[in-house]
Amino acid sequence: MTQAVAHAEGVRPGRVRVRPGQRRARRREGLVGLGFLAPNLVLMIGFLFVPIVLAVQLSFQETRGFGDPEWVGAANYETMVQDPEFWRSLANTVLFTAVTVPIELAAGLSLAVLLNSVLPARGLLRTLIVLPMVISGVASAMIAVILFYESNGLVNKVLEAVGLGRIAWQSEGAPAMLSVMLVAVWLRLGFNMVIYLAGLQAISPELYEAARIDGATRWQQLRSITVPLLGSSTFFLLIMNVIASFQVFDVIFVMTGGGPSGATSVLVTYAYRNGFLIREQGYGAALGIVILLITLAFTFLQWRTNRSRDQVG
Amino acid sequence: MTAPAQQVPIAAEAVPRAPRRRGRRDEARRGIVWRTIVAVVVTIIVVFPLYWMLVVAFSPRGEVFEPGLRLWPSSLTLENFEKIFDRYPVWTWFGNSLVIGVFITAITTTVNLLAGYAFARLRFAGRDAVFLLVLSTMMIPVQAIMVAQFKLISGLELYGTYWGVILPGAAAAFGIFLARQFFLSIPDELVEAARIDGAGHIRIFLQVVLPLCKPLIAVLLLLTFLGSWNDFAWPLIALKENELFTLPVGLIYLKGQTTPDYNAIMAMSLVSVIPMVLLFLFFQRYFVQGFARSGIR
Repeated sequence: MTQAVAHAEGVRPGRVRVRPGQRRARRREGLVGLGFLAPNLVLMIGFLFVPIVLAVQLSFQETRGFGDPEWVGAANYETMVQDPEFWRSLANTVLFTAVTVPIELAAGLSLAVLLNSVLPARGLLRTLIVLPMVISGVASAMIAVILFYESNGLVNKVLEAVGLGRIAWQSEGAPAMLSVMLVAVWLRLGFNMVIYLAGLQAISPELYEAARIDGATRWQQLRSITVPLLGSSTFFLLIMNVIASFQVFDVIFVMTGGGPSGATSVLVTYAYRNGFLIREQGYGAALGIVILLITLAFTFLQWRTNRSRDQVG
Repeated sequence: MTAPAQQVPIAAEAVPRAPRRRGRRDEARRGIVWRTIVAVVVTIIVVFPLYWMLVVAFSPRGEVFEPGLRLWPSSLTLENFEKIFDRYPVWTWFGNSLVIGVFITAITTTVNLLAGYAFARLRFAGRDAVFLLVLSTMMIPVQAIMVAQFKLISGLELYGTYWGVILPGAAAAFGIFLARQFFLSIPDELVEAARIDGAGHIRIFLQVVLPLCKPLIAVLLLLTFLGSWNDFAWPLIALKENELFTLPVGLIYLKGQTTPDYNAIMAMSLVSVIPMVLLFLFFQRYFVQGFARSGIR
């Protein structure tokens, strides 16, 4: 990115006097630019910005039955503050994120270090670990439904065979949460490994050689070379994982539908429930606005770190 | 994924002192054995769910839920596939996924390439502000605006049509970011030379820049198609008739039956997953590059 930015600035001519011919060329360039941008802007305005504005408007309204929507001011947001299910979904979202993200980072890093070292069939192993990335959330969740089937799914059969006893994956809250977390980590493991592998390959091997000559152990090398030098990859992954975890929908929708009794309900599934199952559209829209604001906050956080990363590196 | 293997030198070869050489080499060899064991075990765990999908899809109905630990089918059968193709419009759903995917991919890629070029190579007032605005939408999930989006497509009478899925799906920004990055890296001399020859911006874009962008175009096409093929939440909302379902929505329909037939569901899952697995195996390099650069999965 640093190169790219410097490049763009190199293109820009200094503030010299502009001759009339140049000015005309520049105006034409502006029109051409607008033309190149137009199809994208039309789509984004029509199907993103207009819906955002509509969503804000809806969040201040209430729809009762088939009647016209009614303006209710901030009532939906007041309901939200007092709605225990909202707070539960928010808490579940935070819990889900707080558990899955560190596991994804740690597992991704370990796998990247492992599969960056000398190994037979390394390419094949990498391919297989990245493979879940192209499997849809719905199909993955369907497989998980069968594996975690409470009465006689494979996971419980294995647990029983090794003497640990069955786990109530569907009828109890904590195991249900654990099962969706496991599937989410499975889906994102490959992505974390890929980003860390790219980061590892950018570290000069000479650093490790120097450390080895100084007598550093493998663990010391990992702690004082690998982990610090992967800092920017870690931060990038941290933000991406947080956004992905916070938006997890398919897996929960298919596996638990937010149940049992709200134990795996998260913000996005709760918004869907209100908007499309209970048909409280105004409230559903207000929940959407909360999701929107949290997403934007993390997007900006990522930019800031990206920019500082560019300046440093 | 093109890691040069020589980047990680084996300790023994890097150290010139002769007497310790043998011990080090043994140690390195033991290290490889242990690492290989760990790597293989982890890979088996990661791949196991996919193997289980195959097992259930090719097992006689209900067998995997019978008592007793069984890790492979007693006999291989195609009855689950016969059943789903018999009872459900699987080919129609497959076709719907394909049509919607192709349209979303074609529209998004074209539009994103054009916009990326404008942001990278053309100067006009407000360019950087618009770019930031577009970028800020990159991570917004459909759940944030789905109620409004639904009202909008209902108002446009697109509810329950292909276009109701395609148009909102095509308003995606991640490709613009990738395209802009790529266009910024093209040497100025090439563009300048074409301009001196009298080529306009459109000709430069089509005849000079695009031919250099085949890897970029491949990444955009593959990632957009993958995203649309696997997309679930929006098609679930925007489609109503069985006949127009995409494969993920069809899977939900199967699961929604009074007694869901999990063998049939796994057969359907397999049908829906195979095209993406094949694409991934053929074009792995592009997928991985795209994931790494854009952070989109």
